[in-house]
Amino acid sequence: MDTSKVANSNTTTAATPAKPSRAAAAATWADERLGIASMAKKNLRKVFPDHWSFMLGEIALWSFVVLLLTGVFLTLWFTPSMGEVQYNGTYEQLRGVHMSEAFASTLRISFDVRGGLLMRQMHHWAAMLFVASMMVHLLRVFFTGAYRKPRELNWVIGSLLLLLGTLEGFTGYSLPDDLLSGTGIRAADGFIKASPVVGTYMSFFLFGGEFPGESIIPRLYTIHVLLIPGLLLALIAAHMLLLVYHKHTQWPGPGRTEKNVVGFPMLPVYAAKAGGFFFIVFGVTALLGGLLSINPVWKYGPYDPSKVTAGSQPDWYMGWPDGALRIMPGLETHIWGYTISWNVMLPILVLPLLMFTILMLLPFIDAWITGDKREHHLLERPRNAPTRTALMVALMTMYGLFWIAGGNDIIAIKLHSSINQITYFLRMAVFVGPVIAFLITRRWCIALQRKDNETLLHGYETGIIMRSPEGGYTERHLPLPESRAYTLTARERDPSINGGPEGTDANGIPAPDAGRLAGFRHRVRTLWYADNVQKPTVAELEEGHHHAEHEHELQEGVEGHAADGHQFDGHHLVEDETLGRH
Amino acid sequence: MSTPPPVDSHDEPVDENLPARDDLFANPGLHEHQWRPTDVDPKAEKRAERQVAALFSLSAICTVLLLVSYFTIDSDDTVGNLGAQNVAFGLCLAGALLGIGIGIIQWARKLMADVEIVEYRHPASSSDEDRAATIQALNDGLEESGIGRRPLVRNSLLGAVGLLGLPAIVFLRDLGPTNAQVTENPPFPGSGLEHTLWEKGMRVVRDVVGTPIKPAEVEVGDLFNAEPEALFNGGEDGEPLEGVALQVGKSKGAVVLIRMEPDEIIPGKGRENWSVEGIVCYSKICTHVGCPISLNERKTHHLLCPCHQSTFDLADSGRVIFGPAARPLPQLALAVDDEGYLVAQSDFNEPVGPSFWERG
Repeated sequence: MDTSKVANSNTTTAATPAKPSRAAAAATWADERLGIASMAKKNLRKVFPDHWSFMLGEIALWSFVVLLLTGVFLTLWFTPSMGEVQYNGTYEQLRGVHMSEAFASTLRISFDVRGGLLMRQMHHWAAMLFVASMMVHLLRVFFTGAYRKPRELNWVIGSLLLLLGTLEGFTGYSLPDDLLSGTGIRAADGFIKASPVVGTYMSFFLFGGEFPGESIIPRLYTIHVLLIPGLLLALIAAHMLLLVYHKHTQWPGPGRTEKNVVGFPMLPVYAAKAGGFFFIVFGVTALLGGLLSINPVWKYGPYDPSKVTAGSQPDWYMGWPDGALRIMPGLETHIWGYTISWNVMLPILVLPLLMFTILMLLPFIDAWITGDKREHHLLERPRNAPTRTALMVALMTMYGLFWIAGGNDIIAIKLHSSINQITYFLRMAVFVGPVIAFLITRRWCIALQRKDNETLLHGYETGIIMRSPEGGYTERHLPLPESRAYTLTARERDPSINGGPEGTDANGIPAPDAGRLAGFRHRVRTLWYADNVQKPTVAELEEGHHHAEHEHELQEGVEGHAADGHQFDGHHLVEDETLGRH
Repeated sequence: MSTPPPVDSHDEPVDENLPARDDLFANPGLHEHQWRPTDVDPKAEKRAERQVAALFSLSAICTVLLLVSYFTIDSDDTVGNLGAQNVAFGLCLAGALLGIGIGIIQWARKLMADVEIVEYRHPASSSDEDRAATIQALNDGLEESGIGRRPLVRNSLLGAVGLLGLPAIVFLRDLGPTNAQVTENPPFPGSGLEHTLWEKGMRVVRDVVGTPIKPAEVEVGDLFNAEPEALFNGGEDGEPLEGVALQVGKSKGAVVLIRMEPDEIIPGKGRENWSVEGIVCYSKICTHVGCPISLNERKTHHLLCPCHQSTFDLADSGRVIFGPAARPLPQLALAVDDEGYLVAQSDFNEPVGPSFWERG
């Protein structure tokens, strides 16, 4: 009998239980005070699915952390004041020049604080990365249908994050009080003044009197380091909590269904991958900040309301409303002694708000049109929702064209073309372009759907050309592997909309409560799904397989021989075989 | 795949038009786990371990280098045309961070378990019982509060709380004076949107240096950036203006002077005597959103705003010939004083800069 496992307490020393691990001891200590074990139990090994596109939002998250870290460093030296001082620092070209304390302290950070320039540039690069990754993440979520129930609110939170991130970028960009950003504030003052009725008041209150006053930089500073970051933090926390609560969406595939989530556990895999990725985002930002100069304010000089640099442009994410502003015709109404500046109000106040509202409402518009109230956890390929995909591509096209308009002067110079012609073209293109993009994308998606069905029914193209005894040529198709066929068909059919609009009975007689809205919705829904290709039915699939079997029978004779098609995929060599054995 | 998940009632299609989900193929289940070389080959495992440790060590080396460069590199040193400090800090910091990041990810990919785990989802909503209990509790609470039965209490509370929003707005009133206030009690000369520093007899001086200009000094086709002389002597005891007064003065007073052949000028109605020997003067502030305009096309007398490309014809009363601006550039009537220097006949006869509601 093996007694080695039995405690030998019958001798002089008392039995001791196995020593718990240090992690367990820490967990016990914490649980006795916080009671977190019941919550952590579920989440420590929480499963996250793996796909490269799920990393895009993570870039946004980590660049925000980099922004917080570098931003705190910058606040240690930055003086948010418009008090006028004479510069006497290291940068010779500006010595003796009068400037605001904000600009002088920015120069100090750039030239006299070791690592200050690196932090400034990293902060700016991280801001670019933050906004860009939010946008790409948004596109990923939209194109895959990940915004659908139950995640609509997280979409709204994400949209708010994008809006706040943009404003945060603009306020930060303005803080150094250099010539370029000052011109941006100058234009912003023009935007505010264009608001009907209250514009002048808002401008005077914001600037503490007449533009430029001496209040705007300290006020923007408070907004930039306290108000918006606070909101961003709270919303990011909510965004992440909802992500954890809903569990991440996943792509359909073998073993991956609407009811489960398949992937790696948070601890250790995702804790390591995500944690490591933070260091990578941080490191890449350091690389950018170390090697690529960004916003060299000392070259622009301090803000002077009578000066401007040629080719004045905002940071890229503000480019599209600026482009709208550039191509808007100069319309102004003068009525009863008042001025309505359509030329400023429409492109810069109305359009961005409108676009943003549309963006936030997209999940709800989608749900209203499709009438789909089910939960969705499996992602859809963009091609399988042609209208949705085309809608976003149309919006992207419009964004892109406005963005191009924001650089119309640069384009005119680089391409030696007339800025007038470019502007006239873009005035039309921002309306026509999205329509064309919509139509092309939609048809493209439908063509891809057809191709999928083709592959399902007739197998994939092997690239092997067969010659029949009669001399005809055909390409050999082989059936898809089981898992691939499953993945391709793991999507829903579109609802049948052959019946009348909702609220009409089988004879098309409207129910008493069906209004015009129901009819409108029916028409929109018809258009939404029009021409979409559904996955094959069981009958079609059987028919296809039957057809394939027939083909295989015909080809059976060549199986294993030179012309069976496998000579190209390495199944056997052909050296010893002679063609034309029959 | 292990046991099927429990059926949940939330997943039923609500709209009968919507088809149920159907699978054409049986779910083949998860792919079989593929062992990695590091799982089966102790050599590969050791190699991966060394790689990860090497990356962490690289990071440590970079951190040391970062600290060394902090104390050794001079702020004047350059690499190419970049500051040596910035490049060194950036590269060392990047190395230190990327070493850790790539190391951890390599660790996760090669050495941590890579077995896929299945977790079941639950509908986002709570169970029906929980929801019913919550609604019950909510109703009980509301019922006990009597908020529905006592409209007087409810409405007076709503009114009181709503009213509290007003001070939140009203107390922002002192963010700044209004246009009317600064026009009536100017904190400095030329205050208010309808006014600038220009006045009758104010000399037009070169910007930056502040020297007055004689018509003969302006050649045909030349564009001068000019300012009111008050910017340079309008302070106390003839001192230059400073701070806010200077900035506000500049933001409205900046002008451009240009000389063209007198017969090229198409004088506007009532503007026949606003030019001096073919020299005309316009506000430099764009009427679109207020950028200073500076790009002059010499041959055509067109002035282009670099911000949004509004283009104004200086030979034709500053008319907008292209771009988003809606109003012509305000023109400053010029004259010559006793000493032969260019002066203003008066202030602008309209507000300069971007449009605003009360502008008319």
